[in-house]
Amino acid sequence: MKGLATAIGRRGTVATLVVLIWVPLACFVMLGPLLGAMERYVLLPATPAVVALYGMALYRWRKSWIARVGATLICFWLLIAVLVPYLPLLDPDKPIAPLALPGTVKHGVFFLLGSDLRGRDMLSRTLWGSQRILVWGITSTVAAYLVGASLGLMGGYLGGWWDEVVSFLGNVVMSFPVMVLLILILNLLGQSGFNIILAVTCSSAPLIMRIVRGLSLDAKSRGYIQAAQTRGEHPLYIMLVELLPNVRGPLIVDACLRLGYTTVAITTLTFLGLGLQPPDPDWGLMIKEAATAALLWKYSYMLIIPALSVSSLILGFNLMADGLHDLELQS
Amino acid sequence: MSGTSSGSSTRARDTPILECRDLSVCYAGRTSDIEAVKAFNLTVMRGEAHGLVGESGCGKSTIALATMRYLGKAGRITAGEIRFQGRDVMALGKEELRGMRGGAIAMIYQEPSAALNPSMSIGEQLIEVSMFHDDADRPQATRRALSMLDRVRLADARRIMASFPHQLSGGQQQRIVIAMALLSDPQLLLLDEPTTALDVTVEAGIVDLIRDISAEFGTSMLYISHNLGLVRETCDRITVMYSGQAVETGPVTAVFGAMRHPYTRGLFAAIPSVRTDKGTRPLMAIPGQLPSPDERPPGCLFGPRCTHFAAGRCDAGPVAMQSVHPTVPHFSRCLRVAEIDWHAPLTSDVQRTALAPGEIILRVNQLSKRYQEVSANEGLTFEVRRGEAVAIVGESGCGKSTFARILMGLTQASSGSLKLAALELSRLPVTRRDRKTIRSLQMIFQNPFDTLNPSRTIGAQIARVVRKFRVERDKARVLERVLELLDLVKLPRELAERRPSQLSGGQKQRIGLARAFAGNADIIVADEPVSALDVSVQAAIIELLLQMQRLEHTTLILISHDLSVVRYLADRIVVMYLGQIMEQGATQDVFAPPYHPYTESLLAAIPVPDPRMRKRKVLLTGEIPSASKPPPGCRFSTRCPYRLADICDKLAPPVQDFGPGHRIACHLPREQLLRMQPVFEEPT
Repeated sequence: MKGLATAIGRRGTVATLVVLIWVPLACFVMLGPLLGAMERYVLLPATPAVVALYGMALYRWRKSWIARVGATLICFWLLIAVLVPYLPLLDPDKPIAPLALPGTVKHGVFFLLGSDLRGRDMLSRTLWGSQRILVWGITSTVAAYLVGASLGLMGGYLGGWWDEVVSFLGNVVMSFPVMVLLILILNLLGQSGFNIILAVTCSSAPLIMRIVRGLSLDAKSRGYIQAAQTRGEHPLYIMLVELLPNVRGPLIVDACLRLGYTTVAITTLTFLGLGLQPPDPDWGLMIKEAATAALLWKYSYMLIIPALSVSSLILGFNLMADGLHDLELQS
Repeated sequence: MSGTSSGSSTRARDTPILECRDLSVCYAGRTSDIEAVKAFNLTVMRGEAHGLVGESGCGKSTIALATMRYLGKAGRITAGEIRFQGRDVMALGKEELRGMRGGAIAMIYQEPSAALNPSMSIGEQLIEVSMFHDDADRPQATRRALSMLDRVRLADARRIMASFPHQLSGGQQQRIVIAMALLSDPQLLLLDEPTTALDVTVEAGIVDLIRDISAEFGTSMLYISHNLGLVRETCDRITVMYSGQAVETGPVTAVFGAMRHPYTRGLFAAIPSVRTDKGTRPLMAIPGQLPSPDERPPGCLFGPRCTHFAAGRCDAGPVAMQSVHPTVPHFSRCLRVAEIDWHAPLTSDVQRTALAPGEIILRVNQLSKRYQEVSANEGLTFEVRRGEAVAIVGESGCGKSTFARILMGLTQASSGSLKLAALELSRLPVTRRDRKTIRSLQMIFQNPFDTLNPSRTIGAQIARVVRKFRVERDKARVLERVLELLDLVKLPRELAERRPSQLSGGQKQRIGLARAFAGNADIIVADEPVSALDVSVQAAIIELLLQMQRLEHTTLILISHDLSVVRYLADRIVVMYLGQIMEQGATQDVFAPPYHPYTESLLAAIPVPDPRMRKRKVLLTGEIPSASKPPPGCRFSTRCPYRLADICDKLAPPVQDFGPGHRIACHLPREQLLRMQPVFEEPT
């Protein structure tokens, strides 16, 4: 039973590592003020976990360089996100010297990436900004997946009136343009990180539901599902144990792509002034604030730096999705 | 069977239509090239029908594609040559190649629906061929299309010309594909498993058509099939392929009369024949499995699976073709062709005595199932005794799978009763059945490739059944039981930790058997358990199923369309057509007169590979009617060759009793049924 143990072991390790990264990071961003003195140490276990996860990704995806480049980009930002409190950076929210160009010294302070209109350090703000987008982006995608996948599984496998109700509701939600829907929800519920999760869940869950529903409809006619039915398994067991693991391939690829979309959506929302509020360091906010300054070519770095950061993260998710798709086709 | 190059000595007649000389074909793999065909030789003479037989993966389709130089990007011819009418196919230019494909050579594939354009009417597609190939004008092309439809025996050609592919049945579609191929007046027809996707009685019609075409048009044919019986009935010469090589070739009569390669003989011994049953001659599977192209053994490729293997000789080096007969062009790739005693009877030490059937365990009475308009099952009445193997036989759409679904509780009957011992099951869904009932009914599924959950290990999947049905509850005991079951289905214990993707089709079906037997079921429903498997693997699974059934004294309900498998496995047979039972009785009674006319045609449709058997020809006209509009009266009346006017198409037939349990639902007078001649005759 050694093979069995290693198979479970490997999945278990990945899950443990993800939890080790995720819980501290989410605590740090969502509950920062509540942590008090704990705050300084909460992210410590996440750093080796990111490195270990990156190593595993490089090893497991050695057949696809695209997936490895994607993983590198994502892990770079993850590592920044968990390390940023320990890095010797200036305070991201403190105005020091306005309009310092990259690589110059102003007021006795060296600005590697310059400073923004209010004199806050761009480097520090960019690195701190990675935390927000990763935490809110990934959390809302996961939430959307939990809702979408369970509705889709039930719609696809159980069928009947349940399927019709869920599909109808999904179609209603999908008839709204995504951005309009997001703005509507955030205006209705108020602007906060948790409402971003809610809004993204509402807008993405119907799409995820459709994919899962289609995959389950296809898998439902397979012999092994019939075998489970004829042995009188509970529908919940069939859906979770027999069905879900066999549709996970396309779902993982879709999840990577959706992480990219969500990152775009959240950045756009903060750019529009919805969701996260200033003076939090956030890439969308930085782009918004830099919009006027960037009219002058000299100060366009204020726009380019956060924009490049967002792009690299999204590129990372998309490349990983591409690579995983290739790997899936190969096996 | 004639039409070979006998009696003519003109030069053109001596040039073979198609010749492959030492042909090797490689496919580019991810790591290295895969040699799919290796030093292959083939000669097809003018007017000759040549059969190419082999199991899946032996390279027979590659030969057909190579003939047309249609190997795609990955495939290429690495050695040897292909000559079509004396010209090197490799040297043809683009234009010539286009003229050859679809013009001089026409190919007919397994799936007729894929060969027809779904958005064009049949007429348009047929007319196009003549206009394109022969520059015929439209009225001319239309006339030609109509006459060709007549020649492929499609009645009402005008209506068919106006219809679209989806409005026609599979058999009609395949006839149209054949008509389309013949319209361009080809020199060579390549038929790649042309009847595999069709029902047995429809297949018989197509086979008959193909045979007539080769006689009438004088077209040469390369007939690719996995079915020895079909090749014997349609071809003049045969080439048996194994792992990319030809292992035996010769005239059909010579090869089937005296097989001179252990593989050919093994294939033959693995096929259940219409005259053997499980008591008289156990099937003999060929041990092992086809080597993958990069793991071919040195020397004789069949060596590792051969019972006549001689170490040091058979594995020394490549084996050349040996002449078998001084005058007949019959060759075998076997070094020991002169040493092996080919007359030794094919026997096996397995001796079986019939299981005495026990009490009635399943009682079906007037069971009906309607789906809105479609009546899938109507008035089914039969009984199953403990320890018996009962087969439900019929073509697609006859309602045999619906019955299985009702029995398993996946759907509910509309009326009638289905009693397991004393328990009424007809309207009890599986979710409301108690554990004991569920445990006592288990199923083996048709497709081995999706019968197992690909993301869980074999061991976990069998263990789930063992635990679920409380056979064992302790963890160590469960594992022990799983390993025992693997022993029972003759698979290595290590497989418990593997995932299904690492298994071959036959191995997967063995696991399917192990899983079905894991809960100590009383009744096992096997839905076409071997139809998706290769011949040599089929035999092993059938034998295993029988062995396990006897060991556990399980009742077997076999659902199948393959009458030779049924003949071998079943004690009793229930013949269904369009939702109704036509005939039922003990296996030997059903296979002997009196027959129901439908049973008679089913039997006559079995391809027989045994040259000593004589088969009476019974051909059905027409197609299976749609189940949503079944004919009134006897459902078989639209196709029945014995139809009595004004009776059969108006009144439901009475059930006539012929001895113990042998019942036939037919209007024909009892005397006429009793006077029926046997379909098979065996000169002794």
